[in-house]
Amino acid sequence: MSEIHMHIDGAQVLATEGMTVLEASRKAGISIPTLCHHEALKPFGGCRLCLVEAGLHGRKRLVVSCVYLAQDGLVVRTRSQRIDRIRKTLLELLLAHAPDSPQLQDLAVEYGASRGRFEKEPSFCIHCGLCVRYCDEVKGKGAIGFINRGFKKEISFIPRIAARECPTCKECFPLCPTSWLQAAFVLVEAFSFKQQKEVLSKST
Amino acid sequence: MEMDRIDQIVDRYRAEPSALIQVLLDIQAMFHWLPTEALERVSRSLGVPMARIRHIATFYKAFSLAPRGRHEIHLCMGTACHVRGAPRVLDSLTEVTGIGPGETDLDLDFSLETVNCLGCCALGPVMEIDGKTHGKMSPARAAAVVESYK
Repeated sequence: MSEIHMHIDGAQVLATEGMTVLEASRKAGISIPTLCHHEALKPFGGCRLCLVEAGLHGRKRLVVSCVYLAQDGLVVRTRSQRIDRIRKTLLELLLAHAPDSPQLQDLAVEYGASRGRFEKEPSFCIHCGLCVRYCDEVKGKGAIGFINRGFKKEISFIPRIAARECPTCKECFPLCPTSWLQAAFVLVEAFSFKQQKEVLSKST
Repeated sequence: MEMDRIDQIVDRYRAEPSALIQVLLDIQAMFHWLPTEALERVSRSLGVPMARIRHIATFYKAFSLAPRGRHEIHLCMGTACHVRGAPRVLDSLTEVTGIGPGETDLDLDFSLETVNCLGCCALGPVMEIDGKTHGKMSPARAAAVVESYK
């Protein structure tokens, strides 16, 4: 594998081919905030918080570092007024959905985002997709997925699979930045698990 | 549920996972909705997880997870049709069919849907039934057209 030399925040950073800018930065000890990133999962590019300025030969543009591949000679800045301003607005938009998420609140303090800027729209899910992707990619169960689109998009358990797999797994629970996942699970459990278990016991 | 017919549709696309949307469209056309049993069958034979199928089935308006009528009425409520009296046509359709927008009658004869533009504003108010366009509708003419489908 060929080596890639790049500059991140003024420091020389060595990366290997196929690495994303985010991975290269984290390896060099430079932190970039993320909500939808997880080492075991494929890059998703959902939360956009990890955006950085990157460019070759002095030209720079905004890229999402978790899906942007490292390349030779790339100059990256992970903090600037422009980036901070965008991250602040992104956080404020997310806070309108989940104002009491600890992870969001910590980031809000760092970037000076206020939780009251946008009208509250308490859907709690911020569509990071961690639960959906973890269940699919790591566990291979697909017990939870997204349904609908646009502002109606939400996570939804599939009762038949969830009744069988989830009670003994629940590995996705700690991944959720807002705890909405746990709430959704309790709801599906209350609505359908009893019925699903009867179906299961009959079929076996 | 006739699983043979589902299998036939899947075979038509050689059980290719990338043909999922085509398979779903064919099932939708055949049954006028996507029954859960059919989706589970498709999931197994195409090897596509149920979560993904549900994501797609709820993403597109062409799919329905609840039974729909044999005849699909789309009434245009775009600006041009609206000023030419589409709301009154809607009232008349509701009267003949007994259903409002987004609903399906108990006999599964009709499903009524309002749309925002069918792209032929000169024909407004426009109504589409099973893909066939009926232009220059009045409340009385729309009722007569629907009656002819009963």
